[in-house]
Order: sequence, then C-alpha cells, then structure tokens
Amino acid sequence: MTGTTQAPSPPTGGRGSGEGGTRDPGYNFAYLDESTKRMIRRAILKAVAIPGHQVPFGSREMPLPYGWGTGGIQVTAAILGPADVLKVIDQGADDTTNAVSIRAFFRRVAGVATTERTAEATVIQTRHRIPERALHEDQVLVYQVPIPEPLMRLEPRIAETKRLHAMADYGLMHVKLYEDIARHGHIATSYNYPVMVNGRYLMSPSPIPAFDNPKMDRMPALQLFGAGREKRIYAVPPYTPVRSLDFEDHPFRPIRAQHPCTLCGSTDSYLDEVLTDDVGGRIFVCSDTDWCGERQQAKAAVE
Amino acid sequence: MYVATKGGEQAIGAAHAWLDEIRRGDPAQPAIDVAQIEDQLGLAVDRVMAEGSCHDRGLAALAVKQARGDLIEAAFLLRAYRTTLPRFGASAPLDTARMAIRRRISATYKDLPGGQVLGPTFDYTHRLLDFRLAAGDAVPPPAPTAMPDPAPSPRVTELLAREGLMQREVDAGAEPGDLTRAPLAFPADRPLRLQALARGDEGFLLGLGYSTQRGYGNNHPFVGEIRVGDVAVEFTPPELGFPVEIGEIGVTECQMVNQFTGSRTEPPQFTRGYGLVFGHAERKAMSMALVDRSLRAGELGEDTTAPAQDQEFVLYHCDNVEATGFVEHLKLPHYVDFQSELENVRTMRETALKAAGE
Repeated sequence: MTGTTQAPSPPTGGRGSGEGGTRDPGYNFAYLDESTKRMIRRAILKAVAIPGHQVPFGSREMPLPYGWGTGGIQVTAAILGPADVLKVIDQGADDTTNAVSIRAFFRRVAGVATTERTAEATVIQTRHRIPERALHEDQVLVYQVPIPEPLMRLEPRIAETKRLHAMADYGLMHVKLYEDIARHGHIATSYNYPVMVNGRYLMSPSPIPAFDNPKMDRMPALQLFGAGREKRIYAVPPYTPVRSLDFEDHPFRPIRAQHPCTLCGSTDSYLDEVLTDDVGGRIFVCSDTDWCGERQQAKAAVE
Repeated sequence: MYVATKGGEQAIGAAHAWLDEIRRGDPAQPAIDVAQIEDQLGLAVDRVMAEGSCHDRGLAALAVKQARGDLIEAAFLLRAYRTTLPRFGASAPLDTARMAIRRRISATYKDLPGGQVLGPTFDYTHRLLDFRLAAGDAVPPPAPTAMPDPAPSPRVTELLAREGLMQREVDAGAEPGDLTRAPLAFPADRPLRLQALARGDEGFLLGLGYSTQRGYGNNHPFVGEIRVGDVAVEFTPPELGFPVEIGEIGVTECQMVNQFTGSRTEPPQFTRGYGLVFGHAERKAMSMALVDRSLRAGELGEDTTAPAQDQEFVLYHCDNVEATGFVEHLKLPHYVDFQSELENVRTMRETALKAAGE
C-alpha cells in the first residue's frame, strides 16, 4: 500500500541479539516512517528528561483502533531495532487476543523475534500489568495508556490540569483519597493508583492493579508510557523513585486475592479469579502466564 | 484440572475467516462492485471521505465494501491508509466562489445573482418507500437539463460583506496548524477548530448544532448559502514557482449568517459560521457551520455556557475514529483491574457487614 514511500534506511541496533524473521516489504521497518519515529524519539527523550511529565506528540492514526494500544505501539515502533526481542502482554498474559494481535503486527511490519519469556525480552509492551519477574537494565517496559492524565476524573479540562501540574498543585487528588477514607475507611482506588514520580510529577501508572505499583519504584528498566488517542508520552527513567500516594496513618496497601495460585502455588503473585461453574466454584491462577509457567516447570523438575 | 485457555491466535484467525465469509454474503448473490458503491451509494462514500479525511472516492468505496457498510469503520480504514501517504506540500486555498455548481440555495434572499439552483436533493421529496426500487431498478428517464446561468454566483456572505453588514474574516497570513501532525492545544485557533470539525462525526456535530437551536448557546442562524459542486485544487510546485491545477474535488460549503455584534462605537455586523465538507454532505456542512459559530462565542465576547461553545468538549469528542476506538476498547479484557475491584469491594463489604453486626 505504501509503494510511494521513500526507501527505508537500513535499520541497525536494538538491545538484544534476536534474530528477526522476514518482514512485510511494503512497509518501513516497524511500520512508521523514519521522520515520524524521529519525532516520537524526541518526545521520548524529553519525557525521560522530565520524569512523569506528559509530553504531547504528533500521534499518528495506526491500523489498530485507538484505545487498543496505539500509543504503546507507536513507542515500541520508535524504539525497536532488528536485534530486539519483543514480548507483548495484556492482563499479564501473552495469549490474550489483543496481545496476540499486536505481536503479530510487529512480526509482520518489523520482522523482529518475539518471545513469551520475560527474561528473554528486550522490549516488553504491556497492557494493565507489570511482569512478576524483576526487570533489568537492558529491558524497556512500554505501557499502553488509555488516559494519561491522573487528574482527569477530578478535572476534565486539559488546559486546567496542565496548570495544576505546572504548580505541582495536587490538592485535588489528596482530597479525593481523603474522602475515600472518610467514606469507606480506606482508600478505595484499587487500580490506576496515582503515583508521584521523582517527588515532582503526579502520574498515572496506567490501569495496572495497585499491586504492581511498588514494582515501578527504582526499577532498573526504562519505563515508557504511550497514549495514542490522547497524544501524550511520558517516562520513568531507570532507578527513579516512584511513590504511591498515601497518608501516614493510611499507608498504601497493594491488593491481591488472598490465595495461592492453583497451578503453581505462588503466594506472592497477582491472581486472576476464574469461575469454574455456576454454583460459586472458582480458582485463582497467576495473571502472569510466563511466571506461572516457569514455576510449574521448576516444580515438575524437582518432582 | 483447569488449564488456562490458549490459542488466541487460532481463534482470531478463525474469527477473521468468518468475517470474510459473512462480508461476502450468500455466494448465490452477485458481489457488489466497488464502482457500484461509488456510484449508487455515493452519499455513504462522501461521508466516509469526509470523516476519513481523504478525498478519494474509489478508496472510500472500497472501505465501505470492506467494512460491510459500517461507515465509521470505513472512515477508520481510510484514515489508517491516509497516514501512510507522503506529504509533498499544501494546496492553495480553495476558491469556492469559482465552484462548478450542482446545487446552490440561499435562505436569506428570494433571488440573487446566479439564482437558486436546487440540484439533486431529497428536500421536498415525500419520504414514502418506493417499492418500485425493490422490484428492480429500471433506468429513470433523463432529468430535464438547461443551460447554466452564465451570471457568476458570488457568495451571499460576500455580498453582505461588501455592504459592511458581514464581518470579514481576517487572514492572519500564518501557516495554519495541522492537527494530524501536532496534538491540539487549547485555546485552539479557528483554522484548527475547522480542521477538527471538517473530519468530525456527522452525528455528533448534528446533535451539537441542534442543541444550539434549542437554547444551549443559541446564535440565531440563517442559511446564507449552501453550495455543492466541484472546485479546482491548485498547487505551486517549488520547482515551477507558479500554481498549477492538479484536479478537482467535490465539496459542500455552508455559510451561516448569525447574530450581529456591535456596540455604540462599532457599527453592528452579522457574524459567520462556516462549514466545508468533502463530497455532498449538507447536513454535516450545516452542523459544522452552527458549531463553528458557537465555538466563536469566547472571541466574540459572548457567554460560554453551553456544551457547543466549549472548545475542549467539542474538539476532544467530535472525532469518531478516536471515540469509537476508546468506547469499543471496553470489549478488551479488563479482568486484572476487575479483580482488584472485586477484592476491594469484598473487603469493604466485610467491614460494612461487621460494623452493621456490632
């Protein structure tokens, strides 16, 4: 379809030693043209320089719908090199439909190697989870973000929230959390739980469960956040302090179902509740499928 | 023993195969040709061009076919294609005064230079289902023709402006922004607002325009003029240095004459609401003109109280490709977040029940 685009410059680099497959020659490497990637990389650099600050960027219309990861896809496309190894998860799992679709997209337009193993990936694009396995410096975690503005539910006007960020005026959010406590006895936010980045910017961690928030703090891997529809990119550089908002007398508490995983027995991973019948039967299994699979294998090897 | 569901890839493949099959429909029926869609479902094609923001009837017709007649899906297909096209420059502004007119009506004057030209319109038809079309569509006898009025058809708003009765638009001379390259920032200037409205959803703008008529930011509109036809597109290649005509596009233009402004020192003048849409799209052009005018409330010193006067509200929500994506993403799995909410609500219920028991 893009027979008229300029010949793509041969891409080089990437963080891994992945051996990519063949890619669709009708598209530039990783779909976006090089000048668009450059524009996105500039936005990423600015975002890294100001941790937690939302940088507007010229988000493009992608061949996947808005709200389905177009921001994450554009960030991934801009940072991907042919030697990278890509993992895509949705709800912690590699085989959820949208993760499958995005992975197939990059296999087609970038021809990069893909993996389901967290340890092997150099770029991990995620929706709603942070992998259980600790990430390291050579990895980049790309979040898909629906609403980048943490204050949006409290103040829908972007012109106004920009002003609040500029003044570091986050009273609205503190009042909201306080009202939760007054009404319910504790903070009633269980996902998309607001965080302070580097002690300066209030940031939406994207709709990950609050359980995952502590993993963001001083993470060795670079964390990039892309919001395509809202046209914003933000970042948490490696080893940056990220604190979930709380009060001295009501400290932050991560939420997880109080059960071991039915499949691997893990007692400290985030669990999905699966209904097994219509009379209240249910089991709890790890949401991170790679984590669960590794533990099951290790268990089998021991036995 | 429970085993986590696998095979998302196969399931997607099978779903898409089914979609292909159902899109084609009963193989005993002849397939619809893209040329037939382009020709006989021309208004659907026009809407897809307008909201897809790409003037190409053939591609828009293909999108309608591929989308099984879902026009928002078709607009999305066209947009996604449009982004991949290289940009080699900007055309000169269209001169709609030099339009080859198919339809031109004014509601403010009974007669005017160039005359009222009804053109092909649903107006004044009785909306009675025509069962003859179901029984096979014979070629209708040719419509009567006449020589076009040789008199030029000046724009009604221009006639008013010459008398000083219509506020003239000032060309700031600056390169207009491009909302497909840089994200909107607020306050957005009028060229950007018009760009957003021109590709905005017809239904959304219709509802907003309608709301202004029902008192939510009324601005007393009259249809100064609606004109539909083809306009030449001119482009100045840098290596030539003079404009050359590169083709014609079909557009609908609506100019609304709206309530006047003025004061003791400034003589009162009418103000303008402007709509310009690809193809034949009068409802959209009129809605756009109403909303354009209501979005000018702030700069014209009027109160901004109604939704249609609120820039962020209108411009952030009028794009149906963005809107449909985000609304429909709710179909994607959310069970991780839902699990957190479940645990949260269970804990809260326990606390509440305990408190009630004490």
